[in-house]
Amino acid sequence: MSTFVLLTITGLGLGALYFLIASGLSLIYGLMGVLNFAHGAFLTVGAYALWFTESKLPGMAVLPRFLLGALAGLVAGGVFAALVELILIRPLYKRHIEQVLVTVGLGLSTTALVVAIWGNDARTVAAPAWLGKTTTVFGAHIPNDRWILIIAAIVVLIALNAFLKRTRYGLIIRAGVENRAMVTALGIDVRRAFTLVFAIGGVAAALAGVLSGVYFSTVDPARGTSLLIFAFIVVVIGGLGSLRGTAGAAVVVGLVQQYANYYASSGLGDLSVVLLLGLVLLARPSGLSRSFA
Amino acid sequence: MSSLLSVADLHVYLGESHILQGIEFDVSEGGVTALLGRNGVGKTTTLRALMGLVDRRGRITLTGEDVTATPTHKIVRRGVGYVPEDRDVFAGLTVDENLRLAERDTDPRYELVYDLFPELKQRGKQLAGTLSGGQQQMVAIARALLNDNRLLLVDEPTKGLAPLLVAEVARVLERVAELATVLLVEQNLGVVQRVARDAVVLDTGRVVHAGPARELLADKPLVHRLLGVGHA
Amino acid sequence: MSPRAFKQWAVPVALLVVLALVPQFSIDIPYVFNGAINTPGTLQLLALCLVFGGVAMSYDLLFGYTGLLSFGHALYFAVGVYITAIAITKWHWSFVAAIAFTALIGILLPLVLGAVSLRVGGIAFAMVTLAFAQAGSILAFKNPYGWTGGEEGLGADYTKLPAGLVGIFNTKHLYWVALGFVTVAFVVVQWAVASSPGHIWQAIRENELRVEVLGLRPYAYKLMVFVLASFIATAGGVVYLLLLGGATPEVTSANFTLTLLVMVVIGGTGTRWGALLGGAIYTWANERLGEASSSHAISSLPSVLRTPLQQPLFVLGVLFILVVFFVPGGLVRIGKVRRPRTLQRLQEAMQK
Repeated sequence: MSTFVLLTITGLGLGALYFLIASGLSLIYGLMGVLNFAHGAFLTVGAYALWFTESKLPGMAVLPRFLLGALAGLVAGGVFAALVELILIRPLYKRHIEQVLVTVGLGLSTTALVVAIWGNDARTVAAPAWLGKTTTVFGAHIPNDRWILIIAAIVVLIALNAFLKRTRYGLIIRAGVENRAMVTALGIDVRRAFTLVFAIGGVAAALAGVLSGVYFSTVDPARGTSLLIFAFIVVVIGGLGSLRGTAGAAVVVGLVQQYANYYASSGLGDLSVVLLLGLVLLARPSGLSRSFA
Repeated sequence: MSSLLSVADLHVYLGESHILQGIEFDVSEGGVTALLGRNGVGKTTTLRALMGLVDRRGRITLTGEDVTATPTHKIVRRGVGYVPEDRDVFAGLTVDENLRLAERDTDPRYELVYDLFPELKQRGKQLAGTLSGGQQQMVAIARALLNDNRLLLVDEPTKGLAPLLVAEVARVLERVAELATVLLVEQNLGVVQRVARDAVVLDTGRVVHAGPARELLADKPLVHRLLGVGHA
Repeated sequence: MSPRAFKQWAVPVALLVVLALVPQFSIDIPYVFNGAINTPGTLQLLALCLVFGGVAMSYDLLFGYTGLLSFGHALYFAVGVYITAIAITKWHWSFVAAIAFTALIGILLPLVLGAVSLRVGGIAFAMVTLAFAQAGSILAFKNPYGWTGGEEGLGADYTKLPAGLVGIFNTKHLYWVALGFVTVAFVVVQWAVASSPGHIWQAIRENELRVEVLGLRPYAYKLMVFVLASFIATAGGVVYLLLLGGATPEVTSANFTLTLLVMVVIGGTGTRWGALLGGAIYTWANERLGEASSSHAISSLPSVLRTPLQQPLFVLGVLFILVVFFVPGGLVRIGKVRRPRTLQRLQEAMQK
């Protein structure tokens, strides 16, 4: 029983990580029709900004050092994403394939740049001690960082939902996901919404990067890309452009991965997620048509 | 009467097809100009070209300014309202949200809109996707009326509607024509007879007739030849 | 031979002759190559360029000609590399038996997976192919029965390989094998594209609906090109194994398929020479940039410039972005500013 609880909570923690990355991906594709292969780079930027900031403040106590690092990560991720949209994506307006290709190039370049500057090896992240400890629930010893991940994902979900439902830009984005052309036909310049959506995605991915630094205790250049593939799977299963779908799919994928890895055999979890994607797509290819958030 | 909208040598290609092959016409200010023609001649494409929703070549002049290369949202901000053929209301948004999205001016004309379409006020919180065709049409027209637009591009507003609703739409169009210039694509000649002042007829991507609507509709053989309706 | 056919084949044949004679000449091309062109190191690099040129051509068949965006092409290349390696090293089969078996898998696997993947189109198809390739990659890392060697990869048992292809002095034989591969690939692709199914593939790229209306089944034709392209990639994988002497899991990654995409776009999609050129240039640049990073010219640069330039993937990634911006048609279409049809059609297909 306690194993099951452990698996469930850690599965939810993993799902939370996926959701943080996938939420931005889903909105970006839903609104702009761009498969953002550079999304992993936003994660990497967030993670390395955390590590870099921490390394520049050696005298400080762990908690404020980590918080400053995390803040730096979020800002870096958001700013980087906004700049990417403005400089690389916007000029290619309406040329969707080129936009996707550019994100591919950017993803490759950013990872290479990080390797160039800081090398291939993982760098250690300092996090408050209690994150490394465990809390006991129903006999299961759950690492505390999982709770933070779950809480972060829930907060982001609620915040995004509120943003989409209560603000004008949220309204524009929800409408744009359904019918971008008609939004312009109402006199609205959707391009500003594009930049905003990229920035939001960047912050969420950077948060995932920061928290993955806690989860794995390290940051490394390859993690962005490897997590990105799972994020794509989550987005596709959940329905591109649907926030709620992404959340649901993230939970399912995280749990399936944990259960299969333990109850079947290690490595099988990843495979079953991939198979799940294949099944979903073949059963319901229209699940890829965008639905409102 | 001055020309509110002037179109010259308008060409549109969709893929390989040369849909509009040099469209040329003027829309004078005030009243309704009907854009007529058989199915597939390019009426909807003309409206989309005017809105900048398709790539176009030629010269489009709106209130004296060349808007041929202007992006859609900027054209709309010059005072153009669009009621598309399939209504294109946002199904996932409520009626209120659909209207709110359309707000542009500092003083949106909700009073006018609710006066014309009281049902929209009642169904404010209803998801637009659950509305009937007729109700969606109301939302689509209301959106275009919310702002003080000088020109309204309206594409087949009576399509798929029951006769009672068709009459309702015609009534609304008459009212609207008092407030703005309307370029109306319509297949229903009864509606055209009732509201239109001028008529422009298209055939395979070109303008083949332009003149007062009354004269055209009175000429039965001409109507049959150009629009394929009625007997010669 | 008609004058037109002569013009068509004159250049490729001449090129083939020139390339075939490379190992016989001791010519130095400074900066381009590190050593004379008939040295083992340079021949190895040239052979790699040719192999990837061929594999890029196979990807272009799918992407450039038929408009199918696959994110899983790496899987079939990996089949060529891994199955052959496993058969000779782990199962102790003869080289010929291993090749035959690999060829069989190289037809059956894309037939089965393609039959499943092609039930959907656009983004769905791209994601399904990604999923299958990811599954293959996971399998490679998981090292079932110890066959794939996991993260470390698998060295090929060189005693099983033909003697003429083993050892550094036989590099020129390997070079000729690679040349043979890319020649056959080129001929097959050119012939396929000009054939009747080839015209239908391009018609599918242009407007799949119209193809259906004409009474043809696009699905069957798409499956055909999928199997053909995958088989060519598998063949390339076998040659790659011979060249490197072993298999590593990097060739199963999504990154690998992305580099194929980069090669094809840089060269020019849906053209005669584009993919070949792109594959060769990318491979050459990747290798040479890695070597050049330790050269005097680069290490004397200020570290702001030096650091990123030492990473080939950074330079190539930036080059790719520049190509997409300024020459979306690829290098073979320099001078033509308009966006190539291939990309336009692909965008329309993706939006469904």
